[in-house]
Amino acid sequence: MSTNKITTQKVNFKVFRFNADEDYLPYYEDYAMDVTSEEVVLDILNRIKWDHDGSFSYRRSCRHGICGACAIKVNGRSTLACKESMTDMIELWGDEMTIEPLSIKRAVKDMIIDKGDFWEKHDAVKPFVVDEIDETPETENLLSPAEADALDDADLCIQCGACHYACPVVEVNEEFMGPAAFAAAYRFEADVRDGDKSRLIDVNQMGSGVWDCVKCYECAQVCPKEVNPIEKIGKLHNMLFQQGKAESNVATRHAVGFEKSIKKNGVLDEGGLVLYSEMAGIVKHVPVALKMFSKGKITPPWSITKSKNLDEIQKLVKSSTTAKF
Amino acid sequence: MKKLKYALFTGCTAKQSTPEQMMSTMAVAEKLGIELIELTEASCCGASHLQDYDDFLSLVLNARNIAYAEKHGLTMVTICNTCQLNTAMTKHRLDNNAELKAKVNEKLAEIGLEYKGTSKITHFLYAIIDDIGLDKIKEMVVTPLSQFNIAPFYGCHNIRPSELQNESHDKAESPYNPTSLDDLIIACGGQNVDYDEKNKCCGFHAELQAPKTAATLTGNAIAGAMDGNADWMVTPCPLCHLKLDTQTHHASKAIGREVALPVLHMQQMLGLALGCDQNALGMKHHLTKVNFV
Ligand code: SF4
Ligand code: SF4
Ligand code: SF4
Ligand code: FES
Repeated sequence: MSTNKITTQKVNFKVFRFNADEDYLPYYEDYAMDVTSEEVVLDILNRIKWDHDGSFSYRRSCRHGICGACAIKVNGRSTLACKESMTDMIELWGDEMTIEPLSIKRAVKDMIIDKGDFWEKHDAVKPFVVDEIDETPETENLLSPAEADALDDADLCIQCGACHYACPVVEVNEEFMGPAAFAAAYRFEADVRDGDKSRLIDVNQMGSGVWDCVKCYECAQVCPKEVNPIEKIGKLHNMLFQQGKAESNVATRHAVGFEKSIKKNGVLDEGGLVLYSEMAGIVKHVPVALKMFSKGKITPPWSITKSKNLDEIQKLVKSSTTAKF
Repeated sequence: MKKLKYALFTGCTAKQSTPEQMMSTMAVAEKLGIELIELTEASCCGASHLQDYDDFLSLVLNARNIAYAEKHGLTMVTICNTCQLNTAMTKHRLDNNAELKAKVNEKLAEIGLEYKGTSKITHFLYAIIDDIGLDKIKEMVVTPLSQFNIAPFYGCHNIRPSELQNESHDKAESPYNPTSLDDLIIACGGQNVDYDEKNKCCGFHAELQAPKTAATLTGNAIAGAMDGNADWMVTPCPLCHLKLDTQTHHASKAIGREVALPVLHMQQMLGLALGCDQNALGMKHHLTKVNFV
């Protein structure tokens, strides 16, 4: 936080405007405004509505980072409007900013989007504790501090959708469940009170499954609540292996293949890994592999330089493995 | 200037699929007077996939790699974004969790090693910027790349999550508006291309299980650079390089547009500017030919 001296700066906002009922195409309206260092992005949205155009529409409720309604994009970056300080925005972007809804293709009116896909996917993971409980229990059903820690902040999610609409996989594959839904699945899988038997397997089979994440860390970066969804996706992967529920497919073999290769060479046998992961599917890689071979980019297994002190690595793989496949 | 010396964690890709990256790293280090001690004992970092299978095992193996750098008393330098992420993440988790560190060290004790947390871990790009400095690089440039528009492709695992990444270097890098690679391009005399995809993902890590998704992301990245009038792309990550250079056929099919650009490793670009012998930079190992005269 800066000191108490309030400063003012001129900023040009390019604001996305669209009314699905009237407009054929969206357009951008320019607003030049004096911004004070104390304001947050939501103040700017309010001022556009109050001072310039009463029809300007956006969602907000708590203005305290709790309801998750106000997430939008500033220069392509997902953010909670009520939490994001204009001072930080100016430091990052200077005096030109484009304000858009979280997802342009889902725009309904200005900043308001149809978040249906987000809620459908969230619903699908059974985001609640499944348990048979007494209607009039004798005692409270408490979590110990250690058990609560296991949720690892996944319970802090406010369903703002910032991560979902920042995820490049959601953008190109509508089937993908997205970071928030997976984080929610983890939150209930990690809850000792939960008795659901099928969530983990279901989540792994819904849409394109839990393995299609490209590990870009966009979700971890944008989340205003530090839920770190990609970390939770990793934990779902770990759970599948630990509970012996990982079925053999190209993604799981890819993960396990690393262990096999490390055991053998210390380093990776890159060609061998693709072969082990793909099995018969390897044929589709042949054309590129041939080109790579001709450019000296493929190392045959017998020319791989193994790690020095390989016995140490092998010993550690033996003593430290916790997963099953 | 005191001679710079680092422990080099090569990772697996530089030794196999991108030999040109290993070659250019060594050539550039020599030009810059950097001594690199290769950690030949190191194992694979797990590339975030071993982590999916067995998180604890990956911590133990990465801690072992770092312990070897510590034995030399040197900063560990990585030349792959994903290696950087996985080793720095291991360091961060062990340095901030005494119980976990003790558990990992219990395993390392079996082979007579200990993880202490004394070595810094940084990507070669940031080692150059922090320890040599862009001004010095500028002075050393003998062949300015002034005729080239160069599109920086940062690669996720060097810029996100920024809280972790910014522990590894001096000047904070914004994951939304990164500048280090742009600055290096400018120091080499090139024109940096600004485009939306420069800090986006190439899709590498889902290439096998989600080929269409991965190819679309690769295609979008190359297309963005082409629309920005780039002559080349440049990246600090060999995995991004593999995607951008070798997967153009799939990428073009996925986005319905022919895309391809010469893609340079950050070290190759620097090497060209510093006047390294072109053969020593391994340009012949590229699928898309690099037009440099
Ligand atoms: S890390 Fe995975 S889930 Fe998160 S934004 Fe990237 S692709 Fe989506
Ligand atoms: S995980 Fe974070 S970014 Fe995603 S919906 Fe929840 S609070 Fe928002
Ligand atoms: S850009 Fe792609 S290959 Fe490079 S580090 Fe990120 S996910 Fe990995
Ligand atoms: S208005 Fe509720 S989170 Fe911003």
